[in-house]
Amino acid sequence: MTTTPTMPPQTGVDETLRAALVSRTRPPRASALSASLTFGWRALLKIKHVPEQLFDVTAFPIMMTLMFTYLFGGALAGSTGEYLQYLLPGILVMTVAMITMYTGFNLNTDISKGVFDRFRSLPIWRPAALVGALLGDVVRYTLASMMVIVLGVIMGFRPAGGVIGVLLSVALLLVFAFSLAWVWAAVGLVVRTPNSVMGVSMMILFPLTFGSNVFVDPKTMPGWLEAFVGVNPITHLVAAVRGLMSGTVPATRIGWVLVACAVLVAVFAPLTMRLYRTKR
Amino acid sequence: MGSHPDLATEASGLVKTFGKVRAVDGIDLSVRTGGVYGFLGPNGAGKTTAIRVLATLLPPDGGGARVLGHDIVREANAVRGRVSLTGQFASVDEDLTGMENLVLLGRLLGYPRTQAKKRAGELLDAFGLTDAAGRQVKTYSGGMRRRLDVAASIVVRPDLIFLDEPTTGLDPRSRNQVWDIVRALVSTGTTVLLTTQYLDEADQLADRIAVIDHGKIIAEGTSGELKASIGSGALHVRLLDPGQRGDAERLLAETLGVAVHLDSDPAALSARISDTERVAHALAQLSRSGVVVTHFALGQPSLDEVFLALTGHPAEADDDATEENAA
Ligand SMILES: Nc1ncnc2c1ncn2[C@@H]1O[C@H](COP(=O)(O)OP(=O)(O)OP(=O)(O)O)[C@@H](O)[C@H]1O
Ligand SMILES: [Mg+2]
Repeated sequence: MTTTPTMPPQTGVDETLRAALVSRTRPPRASALSASLTFGWRALLKIKHVPEQLFDVTAFPIMMTLMFTYLFGGALAGSTGEYLQYLLPGILVMTVAMITMYTGFNLNTDISKGVFDRFRSLPIWRPAALVGALLGDVVRYTLASMMVIVLGVIMGFRPAGGVIGVLLSVALLLVFAFSLAWVWAAVGLVVRTPNSVMGVSMMILFPLTFGSNVFVDPKTMPGWLEAFVGVNPITHLVAAVRGLMSGTVPATRIGWVLVACAVLVAVFAPLTMRLYRTKR
Repeated sequence: MGSHPDLATEASGLVKTFGKVRAVDGIDLSVRTGGVYGFLGPNGAGKTTAIRVLATLLPPDGGGARVLGHDIVREANAVRGRVSLTGQFASVDEDLTGMENLVLLGRLLGYPRTQAKKRAGELLDAFGLTDAAGRQVKTYSGGMRRRLDVAASIVVRPDLIFLDEPTTGLDPRSRNQVWDIVRALVSTGTTVLLTTQYLDEADQLADRIAVIDHGKIIAEGTSGELKASIGSGALHVRLLDPGQRGDAERLLAETLGVAVHLDSDPAALSARISDTERVAHALAQLSRSGVVVTHFALGQPSLDEVFLALTGHPAEADDDATEENAA
């Protein structure tokens, strides 16, 4: 710049302060990947500083596992041990599906504080904040999955599919959770308060997780419900996870899960980005 | 709109509406590079909205603006690369530590990890936050938060920085610290565009001031020019006996030759004056007529008085209350 501001020489301005301010060369712009990863790192820091979020949502499934296994296990499957083999994959899916709503919750919290403005005023690839948050959430899902599986193993869950089966099913679950999280991100950009994000997500997630094969075999349900459960993507996911954990490869189920993921991302990722760009 | 190389910001006919509210209602602006430019206005004047439009956070609904020569709509990313914004409400992440906040921004702005950390340490040091570096921001005091907020805006020193009410809610000491930071920024070549509700602050910091009300700029100039336009100051008088206020009002009006304002305090009056020499005469006149004055002060015009002079309505009035007065 060629102008010389007409400022008198400053007196009383702290030298460290001035030194920290003097002109420096600007670093090259962060790449889209690096910006996204940085936002992912932020999400991890949040887990570190606010671990309650993780426990809130895992406490509930843990209670369900204990209750259903010991209270109804005998009645539903003949023995508690057998029922646990059936229930645990379902609980795992349910836990992770529930945690996805924190994506919308966190996004909405950011907006209601000023941080969002700061991020949007940075010269970075715009979707980075969202992509990064979703990547960070994948770590959250992984931690929650580990907690549920460890609890299961302690209670006597023995997956026939072994470590490979468990890893594959967690991988599938993470893909699904990442896709589902876009829905809550969109919700988080539309509704006013973080609590209403929770409300809306619960209203959708409750029927989806309970109206599925998480707890019992849908064959015992009335026809109309069985029909709903049959098309519910959660049902396919639970069946796929059960299959993988018991050592089979339920290709059709996995196929349907991936189709559901593709549809969710194709619809909600562009929608979310649009909302993000035009927000306020 | 032709761009001018020496202008940090130029706007013409800028409009931003929220439903029926015209938050920014046709602003023309031209801010030179270097120095501090102040937006002065009461609550709801449209300061924040104007700044958010200029910082590319909100698209304008009419008119246009260029910031550092770049169009705020078509070249928004170029603008973002050269300006930074410290919002009215803390725009740092409360859950993270001070250090983490600054490293985060350093990384987003393109520094490699080690350099981002080094820069963060340097800024924390310069802003007197080293001791609090490892604490979550939610444990910071208002002043510390504000300093961190400003530090976060200069991880890479911008050519233009927007500070939205940087000192509102701070105690005098913290306010002085922020003022020092603003002066240091200017001395290193950054142009500062700040908003404030305090005439005193605009007076202390800003080279030029735009007075905003109801989304419009109602006066613009140096603080000297603004004050000259509304008289050199105000005389405040407090009486022992409120019953004598009527007499005092008449006597002051006669001797000073200006309108006298009756304050909400029943024993107080004030008058905007252009000629300080007549004040002594007026006070003598009061005592000669048996009006007992317990207190008098000759002050700089307050923001309220500036507003009264410029708009005919007091500054603290909010949008709805003032429509009938706005001529
Ligand atoms: N997002 C929004 N939606 C609707 N109205 C808004 C929005 N933001 C601001 N307004 C309205 O626009 C007007 C100007 O608000 P703005 O925040 O720009 O004022 P301000 O000068 O910054 O006030 P303050 O000193 O209180 O910060 C107000 O009437 C406000 O209610
Ligand atoms: Mg404001």
